[in-house]
Amino acid sequence: MTTLHINRRAITIDVEENTPLLWVIRDVVGLTGTKFGCGIGLCGACTVHVGGRPTRSCITSVGSVGAAEVTTIEGLDSKGEHPLQRAWIDLQVPQCGYCQSGQIMQAAALLKDFPAPSDQDIDGVMTGNLCRCMTYVRIRKAIKRAAAELRGRADG
Amino acid sequence: MAELPQLPSRRDFLIGMAGAALVFGFRNDSLAHGAAPVAQSTFEPTIWYSIDRDGIVTVNIIRAEMGQHIGTALARIVADELEVDWRKVRIDEVDSDPRWGYMVTGGSWSVWMTFPVFSRAGAAGRIALIEAGAKLLGIPADQCRARSGAVLGGSRSVSYGEIVARADLRRSFSAEELAKMPIKPASERRLIGHGTDAIDIPAKTNGTARYGIDAAVDGMIFARPKIPPTRNGSRVRSIDDAAAKSVKGYIRSLVLEDPSDTVPGWVMVFASSYPAAIRAADLVKVDWMVGAGATVSEQDVLDHGAKQIADPKGGTLLVDDPSLETAFQSATSTLERTYTTASVLHCQLEPVNALAFEKDGIFEIHAGTQWQSLLLPVLAKALDQPQERIVLRTYALGGGFGRRLNGDYTVPAALAAKALGKPVKMVLTRADDMRFDSFRSPSIQTLRMAFGSGGKVTGMAHHASAGWPTQVMALDQMAKGLHGQLYDPFAISGADHWYTVGAQRVRALSNDLANSAFRPGWLRSVGPGWTNWALESFMDEAAHAAGRDPVAFRLALLDSAGRNAGSAPNSVGGAKRQAAVVRRAAEKAGWGAAVPKDTGLGIATSFGQERAMPTWVACVARVRVDRDSGAVFVEKLMLVVDAGTIVHPDGALAQVEGGALWGLSMALLEGTEFVNGQVKDTNFDTYTPMRIGDVPELDIEFVDSTEAPVGLGEPGTTVVAPAIGNAIFAAVGARLRHLPIRPNTVRQALTQRT
Repeated sequence: MTTLHINRRAITIDVEENTPLLWVIRDVVGLTGTKFGCGIGLCGACTVHVGGRPTRSCITSVGSVGAAEVTTIEGLDSKGEHPLQRAWIDLQVPQCGYCQSGQIMQAAALLKDFPAPSDQDIDGVMTGNLCRCMTYVRIRKAIKRAAAELRGRADG
Repeated sequence: MAELPQLPSRRDFLIGMAGAALVFGFRNDSLAHGAAPVAQSTFEPTIWYSIDRDGIVTVNIIRAEMGQHIGTALARIVADELEVDWRKVRIDEVDSDPRWGYMVTGGSWSVWMTFPVFSRAGAAGRIALIEAGAKLLGIPADQCRARSGAVLGGSRSVSYGEIVARADLRRSFSAEELAKMPIKPASERRLIGHGTDAIDIPAKTNGTARYGIDAAVDGMIFARPKIPPTRNGSRVRSIDDAAAKSVKGYIRSLVLEDPSDTVPGWVMVFASSYPAAIRAADLVKVDWMVGAGATVSEQDVLDHGAKQIADPKGGTLLVDDPSLETAFQSATSTLERTYTTASVLHCQLEPVNALAFEKDGIFEIHAGTQWQSLLLPVLAKALDQPQERIVLRTYALGGGFGRRLNGDYTVPAALAAKALGKPVKMVLTRADDMRFDSFRSPSIQTLRMAFGSGGKVTGMAHHASAGWPTQVMALDQMAKGLHGQLYDPFAISGADHWYTVGAQRVRALSNDLANSAFRPGWLRSVGPGWTNWALESFMDEAAHAAGRDPVAFRLALLDSAGRNAGSAPNSVGGAKRQAAVVRRAAEKAGWGAAVPKDTGLGIATSFGQERAMPTWVACVARVRVDRDSGAVFVEKLMLVVDAGTIVHPDGALAQVEGGALWGLSMALLEGTEFVNGQVKDTNFDTYTPMRIGDVPELDIEFVDSTEAPVGLGEPGTTVVAPAIGNAIFAAVGARLRHLPIRPNTVRQALTQRT
């Protein structure tokens, strides 16, 4: 038995330690907002936070997570109103939407490291997140808008 | 062109009470016309929307939501004519049911196809509500009007909800009345053309949107297939699952017996969890007899196409002006060029998947699909069940792009569920998905032009060979050529262009080697994705051969003469509108002004997906080329789009943004190779669609228009590759005739030039 901490809840599960965290989140815990895209960590659709860091859950074994806090898109903000989520709606970012949980989780980590991200910062950090609908122009704008809002909060 | 599937529109329109809600619908018992057969015996009156006692309007959407926010656009059409408060509008993405008529989402058709039907449906509702509301108010109907979900008369009003609760709403409209249904003038539109947020977006920011891969039911087991070595003709000789038995959760493996021959040679590996199914499938050994495709590769397909083109016999003629031979014989000069494109993978980010089970005598298939009406007969054959016993449950699609027009991936899940007698959830890994893709066929095209005195264009021939998805998967959607032969309209569209070129010939060739070696698919923009690459690269070469500026050369040919004059309602203005977008794009781009060294502007234009529904597009690409490496940097794409009436402006913009970047991605970054029956690339390590850092500056402009709304999902894709190719030529003089354009081919072209 393994105990995981997902979205501030302790969950005890019975799976093999080498099971990818992605499938535990989706099929055992039932949080399906995290998506399966490539299985080799190259598309970013499965991105969650482990210990606050963006992590590709499709190539992360459950055994390696330990007691670290796991945050999924469902746990990013209790009301789904993280500045990024609001910016994603304001700028109408998603098309098919399948990659967007991963995009938002990756962007949330980016904003911790780069409170005022440049285009190069965004390209560098978001390059691992594929969007097949190619909503990239809007993703870039939405990250900048959310960053500005967060900085405004910090200043205020 | 093929007769397009139509929404029910030509029969009686009925209004009546059903339960507590007022429902509006069309009676339609004549859908079984030509291309879109629906069994009459199963047809019921169709219902497009309802209004409840709270005035909530629920619009039924039969189009797949795959990123185009189609529910929002279609509901706005109804709501505008109905004069309802948008905040009271809901959408319902319905499951497959014969009463909806023909269900397909593709071809950039949805808004174009639905607009007239939903406009009239909304208007009919408005009229019925005004009549009923007037009675309640005690005021003559002609002194009442509808606005914001209420009927107003004098200083009084009654809400739609109240009318539904109090009035006896029975009104039917004959076909004649319906055809004359007063549609509001464009100046009276309050929703169409105005901004709004898409209804589907919030759920896509918080993890609550439900895709096919999220479908679950109690008691389901997981499956991953073993993809056979050839798409067609594989047969299982034996299975050895000894090693898989060490995987905890492994259940068993099963050879599928498929009466529909959709998935020949498939083995399903079952487990109690999906990761266990992945591992077990890796360990299951299958010995196959392979199909003929096992000895076929990309170049074989292109070589076969070249032979077909070289043979003047064969193929289907769409255009065949008798004076063509004379034009070429009497030409002062001629130009001939051949263009090719490589195989392209869909790579929709959600790998194909399906959940299937039988419940209460009904087979339920839970999956994202784009063409329910094509798929249901296939499932019926596979399951040996009547279609009435099969239902496709609707989910959001994690990308469509044409991959899910072909619903082949639902068949193995359905067969497995039937064989095992329990729910089966099948998911393909990325590698499985790419190997099983019905990818865009390689294509080869030869174009010829005849010039007469003074450089006047007097003749043009376009021969195109590619795999034909419609021939392989949807024979009843094939079109008839001039002499009665069938052809795949989607695989040649674009070659039948709007340029006036004197005598013209357009010949479509079905690459039968491609059709047998793999399953060619419809991929975003389909034929125009390759025909327009050839056409617009060729127009550029022709302009240079004639010593003309590429923009001026095109404008001179887009004269709207003869067959290019256009006609109501869909192509009013004809080639003049194409000329207008070309002119505007050139103007925006500063065409003709000096640019830095090794930088160039290239133009391309298209009419989108088909002559019957032209979306006029022009694109200027600005690129810079590194002569040493051959690398191409696309700095900016400028597009001008005339799609007639724009229903949902931000959704329209998003479609063109995504479509144009698809065009760029396919031009420079994608393209795979078919090798001995399999595509070479199986994941994003070697198949590399555009990422955020590859995105150029975009400048997209729509022509302000009240003409019929046409398609937007694909037209933006069709112009970008040739615009880039032409810009490379303008920058460094290297002419590229193959997609994708790679640095080494640019280097080669530079070398050949010098």
